[in-house]
Order: sequence, then C-alpha cells, then structure tokens
Amino acid sequence: MTRQDRNASVIQQDSDDGVDRRGFLKCMAWAGTGLLWTVSGGVLSSRRLAMAGESTPLVGQFAFAQISDSHLGFKAAANQDVTGTLQQAITRLNALQPAPAFVLHTGDLTHSQKPGEFDALAENLKSLNAKQVFYVPGEHDVFADDGKAYLARYGQNTKGTGWHSFDYQGVHFIGLNNVTNLKANGLGTLGAEQLEWLEDDTKPLAASTPIVVFAHIPLWAVYPDWGWGTDDGAQALSYLKRFGSVTVLNGHIHQVLQKIEGNVQFHTAMSTAFPQPAPGGAPSPGPMVVPAGQLQHLLGVREVTVIPTKGSLATADFPLA
Amino acid sequence: MRVFLLRWGLPALGLAAALWGAALLSVAHAGAPSAQQVTIEQFKFTPAALTVPVGTTVTWTNKDGTIHTVTSTTKVFASEALDQGGSFSYTFTTPGSYPYFCKLHPRMTGSVTVQ
Repeated sequence: MTRQDRNASVIQQDSDDGVDRRGFLKCMAWAGTGLLWTVSGGVLSSRRLAMAGESTPLVGQFAFAQISDSHLGFKAAANQDVTGTLQQAITRLNALQPAPAFVLHTGDLTHSQKPGEFDALAENLKSLNAKQVFYVPGEHDVFADDGKAYLARYGQNTKGTGWHSFDYQGVHFIGLNNVTNLKANGLGTLGAEQLEWLEDDTKPLAASTPIVVFAHIPLWAVYPDWGWGTDDGAQALSYLKRFGSVTVLNGHIHQVLQKIEGNVQFHTAMSTAFPQPAPGGAPSPGPMVVPAGQLQHLLGVREVTVIPTKGSLATADFPLA
Repeated sequence: MRVFLLRWGLPALGLAAALWGAALLSVAHAGAPSAQQVTIEQFKFTPAALTVPVGTTVTWTNKDGTIHTVTSTTKVFASEALDQGGSFSYTFTTPGSYPYFCKLHPRMTGSVTVQ
C-alpha cells in the first residue's frame, strides 16, 4: 500500500467458491464520511455512508463499535495529545446511527502501563453513550507485569490471561489474548490452553451462528517481519472453518486492512492515537509522523452493523476528520 | 664478588624489575572497566551481536519514538520500558552467551557474548 493510498482499503479475496460475483475490490477512498463494507451471502460490496444512517433498520439488526490502540500515556511527535484524539473518537462514536449497542476495544489501551494510564482510559470512556465496553489487551497493556494490572481491572468474567466469549442477539463474540508471554523472535501467540478453550467454546454452536472474534494482533500474517501476525492463529481459525459467517476484528497495526478467506472476513482497525506505516512502507513499524492537519484523517473508529438472521455484517470505518 | 654481580646479579635484578613491571601493567589493565554501547533505532539493536570481555558494562540507548525493553531471554537482566532517549546498563561478570529481546516487539533480538 503506498503512502498516497493511506486512506484506501485494499480488499483481498483469497478463495473462490464458484460464486461469479466475487472478485477484487481495490482502493476505495473516502473523505471524512464512512465507507460501508457489506458481506452478504458471501459477496462483498461497498458504498459511501454519511454519519447518520441512510437505510431503515431491518428486523433483528443491531450495531456495535470497535475502537483500538488508544495508547494513553503516549506523547511524542506522532501525537502530542492522545487523550484529545480519543475524545474525538468518542464523539464520533456517540454520533453514529444506528447507535452502537456496545463497544469492543481491541487493545493497547495504555502505552506503558504507567500509573494512571488505565484510570485515564476509564475516565475518558465514561463519556461514551454505549455503556458496555468489552476489552482484549494489547502488548502495551501486559508487558511490564505479565498482565496483572490489566486483569485486575478487566479480568472479571474472563479466563486464563483474559480470554472470554459472550452472546448478543444470536451472534457469538469471542475475545482472545494473543499478547501475553510473547517469545523472542515470535509473533502474537494464543497458546495451547486458550486454543483448547476456543475449540470447546465453539463446539456446541450451530454452523449458522455468526461469529465475531476480536484480538489485538492480527490473526492472519499481515507482515511477519514487523511482528504483524499470530504464530498459532491458523489453528484458531481452523476451529471456525465450519461456520457460515466469521468476522475477525484486530488492532495493533493502526490502519485498516481487510481480507476475505472463504467465510472469514478480517478487518484491522485505525488507532485513536497515531498511525503506522503501511506494511514494508518504511524501515520499521512504529509511530508515524504526518504533516499537520493529516493526523485526524488517519485515526478513527469502526461501526459494525449486524443482521443475524441473514448472517450479514457490514463494517463502516470513520476517520476522525 | 664483582664478577658474580656482573654476570648474575645485575641481569637478575633487571629481569626481576621487568617481571615486576609487567605484573603491575597487567594488574592495571585488568582493573580498568570497559564499556560498550548498543543503539536501539528503527526497531533494531545495533550491534545485534556483541562480544565483550568479562567486566564490561553494556549500555543500551533508545532512539526510537516509542518504548522498547531490553529483556534477557534467560532472565539475567531486564530493563523497564525505555522512552526515547532512555538507557539501560548491565555489567557482565560471568562468561557466557546472553540473548535478549524487546518484550513489546519480540522480533527485535540481540545477544551479548562474554569471554
């Protein structure tokens, strides 16, 4: 992805099940409004979307939101005010129609686990209209103490290092932790205990149950040289192969990349704190300094609209400006 | 007596002085601490592989715009999170191989070999 394509999303579809409407979609730019991606019956389509809803909600339809990589505590050239941009993201979320029923935070809540950073996030999120937030940690949330502070705050109703699942209107949501116990030269890791739990957790479900998986580091190999992948992600996805609709939501790379593989659609998310370069587009990953006035175009939030009866999930990404 | 001194005594004294001087020099060299630097930049440790004598203090300095750690894979040493400009030092007193990595960015790896 080139620098000029920073506001574009490239969709890759890696498999063809014989449905002839499938194909590649490329470089859909937007200018401050949302870009709505819909997968329905295995077909991906997109259209521009204003902040307010453009269509009449269908029966059973609901929406939830995703925010990611708030990195509270970060203060450097890439963004001197991550609290300010987080507040802008919350304002964006609060303006969404339909209103999200809840929010998923896909990790890196804090930057350094320093005292007060978790508190600051909690304080800021009080201004969210959606009162329920579900979390998975990022590596910045667990590196200093193997996740003790994170679990003390967000570990209720989770297992192990913080994995959990819940159901909402017929959709099964699974939060995974692939950032604790990272090994030298490795990628994200789920571990045997969590994988065993995942297999058991999804076994009783009917294949028609829409599944949403959220985890910090991408479960697919976006760019392993930069640590953008999960060593045992493929094993996790193997337990979900039989389901008709699987949506994987990740953070970590601070930009939107999307991929479809069979019945699985993968979406990474913008950060609310700072952007990162496109895969391989710089000597290394990390906070990317952009010209004044461009930062808000590269930070943002996501809304996912779900029609459970149709197994249809539409994602819309909203930059802050 | 004079012959003894000329043939044996003076050369022996000279040899003793030379040996004593060499010993003093050797002690002085062993006692001088040595220091090495590792730079953390663009998500790399440079140099990634460092060989040092026993007693060397290695200092890692972070030049990146985000935090990194210097964490021994064998739990011998571990820095806190280093901000930009932050540094961490460790003195190696035992010969051996000491691989390390960044806990936040585990693809960043390095090693110190102590001889």
